Amino acid sequence: MTRPILEVDALERRFDVSAPWLNRLLEGKPRRTLRAVDGVDFDILPGQTLALVGESGCGKSTIAKLVTGLHAPSDGKIRFNGDPTKMQMIFQDPFASLNPRWRVGRIVAEPLRTLFPETTDVQAEARVGELLKTVGLSPADAAKYPHEFSGGQRQRISIARALAGEPEFLVCDEPTSALDVSVQAQVLNLMKRLQRDMGLTYLFISHDLSVVRHMADVIAVMYLGRIAEIQPTADLFANPLHPYTRMLLDTIPDLEAPKRDRAPMGGEVPSPVSPPSGCTFHPRCPLAFDRCKRELPKRTPDVHDRRVACFAAAEGKTDV
Amino acid sequence: MANLSMTTETDTETDTAPQPARRASLAAIRDSDLWYSFRTHPSAVFAACLLALVALTALFAPWITPQDPYDLAALELWNSEIPPIWNEAGQWPYILGTDTQGRDILSAILYGSRISLIIGFASVIAALSVGLSLGLIAGYFGGWVDNVIMRLGDVLLSMPFILIAILITAVATASLPTGLKDVLAAPILILAIAVPSWVQYARTVRASAMVERKKEYVQAARLIRVKPWRIMLHHILPNCLTPILVAATLNFGLAILSEATLSFLGVGMPPDQPSLGTLIRIGNQYLFSGLWWIVVFPAVQLCLIVLSVNMIGDWLRDALNPKLR
Repeated sequence: MTRPILEVDALERRFDVSAPWLNRLLEGKPRRTLRAVDGVDFDILPGQTLALVGESGCGKSTIAKLVTGLHAPSDGKIRFNGDPTKMQMIFQDPFASLNPRWRVGRIVAEPLRTLFPETTDVQAEARVGELLKTVGLSPADAAKYPHEFSGGQRQRISIARALAGEPEFLVCDEPTSALDVSVQAQVLNLMKRLQRDMGLTYLFISHDLSVVRHMADVIAVMYLGRIAEIQPTADLFANPLHPYTRMLLDTIPDLEAPKRDRAPMGGEVPSPVSPPSGCTFHPRCPLAFDRCKRELPKRTPDVHDRRVACFAAAEGKTDV
Repeated sequence: MANLSMTTETDTETDTAPQPARRASLAAIRDSDLWYSFRTHPSAVFAACLLALVALTALFAPWITPQDPYDLAALELWNSEIPPIWNEAGQWPYILGTDTQGRDILSAILYGSRISLIIGFASVIAALSVGLSLGLIAGYFGGWVDNVIMRLGDVLLSMPFILIAILITAVATASLPTGLKDVLAAPILILAIAVPSWVQYARTVRASAMVERKKEYVQAARLIRVKPWRIMLHHILPNCLTPILVAATLNFGLAILSEATLSFLGVGMPPDQPSLGTLIRIGNQYLFSGLWWIVVFPAVQLCLIVLSVNMIGDWLRDALNPKLR
């Protein structure tokens, strides 16, 4: 069996969201912590794509920042079996991820200049031109500023920049969610082609199951800082185990049956500062029973090959 | 993929070989929104011309003034108290008259403007460099570093500006030997004006730096381990400069006024190297003996300088404000 390139084990990240010290003292309020990521574990094999899916606020972007080292974990382990400089990130907002005062050439060359300081100006310029061509832009675009490009083009500049560091592993934090649907496909296809040509590994974060279906080998569905279910893509779509996954799948419009009876996604995501007792999903779950309110389901080895954290699914219940 | 190749084609069509950088940046200034806004605002053009006139006459004062007001040998007592030239008793070349020691007022004003402008400019530069660095550090690192720097600023702001400045000049002049006092008068004044005014720049930069620090391009740079000082200088600072430019321009006018105030109070420039404030202080004594021109003309010059600086500052603030475009 191949060794995973990234191993994440019981990862936890808490944020202190309490009021300032003086206010706490005067108003007698306790400290409040938010568990953005709460005991997450997964592995990624080289050359594969693992997708993290979930509603906003479920901690997927925090995992991206933990994996890339922008945040330090509060607990648990992240092991990257490779050169840490070979990890790059593609961000969600193509308007904020490029310095508006820098020319594209300088933006793309920054990783080159930082990670390979011996690069000469001529080499850097040639490499930037090459990278821009790889992502479908022209080498002459190096002289322009980011505001002269559309969202899709900017995201391709971000990809070129990430590739300049010659990465093995790319963390993509909702790389297409800020783009028009027509442009999303272009960027996704480019990313797939790059993965094929360069053997890249992706940690792909998205809230959109239809995007993830196109990209991922393995999908992890997250709810309130925990992984509810993790399965290979085909299995997840064919046989969703967790009631939350089924709710998410139900929200995808179906071309074959556009007017089918879709159960609307009920309720709101509870606040991660004061999560519900037991299984955090139980207030919204159609299958919840007494035990769900009391105990926290774990992805134990005996439950479906560690794939789902749900008491109902463990008992074989799948229908309401 | 078909779409990808299409964009490539259009991109190569619109962009030809890159031009030489120098010419491109000149053209960029000529075509910029800022230059257009400047041309279409008569008040800004007027203020800039006025300020340029003042700056040039001050710079070339030794070549265009009829006498050197600092050269005591050139002063003749029988030329004293001559009124301006349009008065019956007026005499060429004393266009704006002379003071009680026979010093030509116009020459004194031009030499005095020179000192006022230099002190104003230098104190803005000094306050700017301290304020920018401390503000960047506070905004980027946050935490206790931020607390220490900003509380220090709060303490400075809780005391009246002029009081701190007087304190600094008084302590400095009291502790210096007599010979050094006059030589160091200008540097001490620059320090006295800069010390209370760096806080405003620090606050402005800190606020922008805190916003920029969270932006994804900064995170992207942190990810590849670009050094913090490089991130601050190359990424964050250029994106915080707009509000700073406006504040610096407006503070330039304020610094010239502060210098004049200190000199008027007698803690600024000494009478043998008079700034506009010193001239006004000296002239003030003769106001009621009918020698009005000794005080009025330096005061008018001071007004013109500060007015033109403020007009440019106001225009700049509006021109750089994206909401008013």
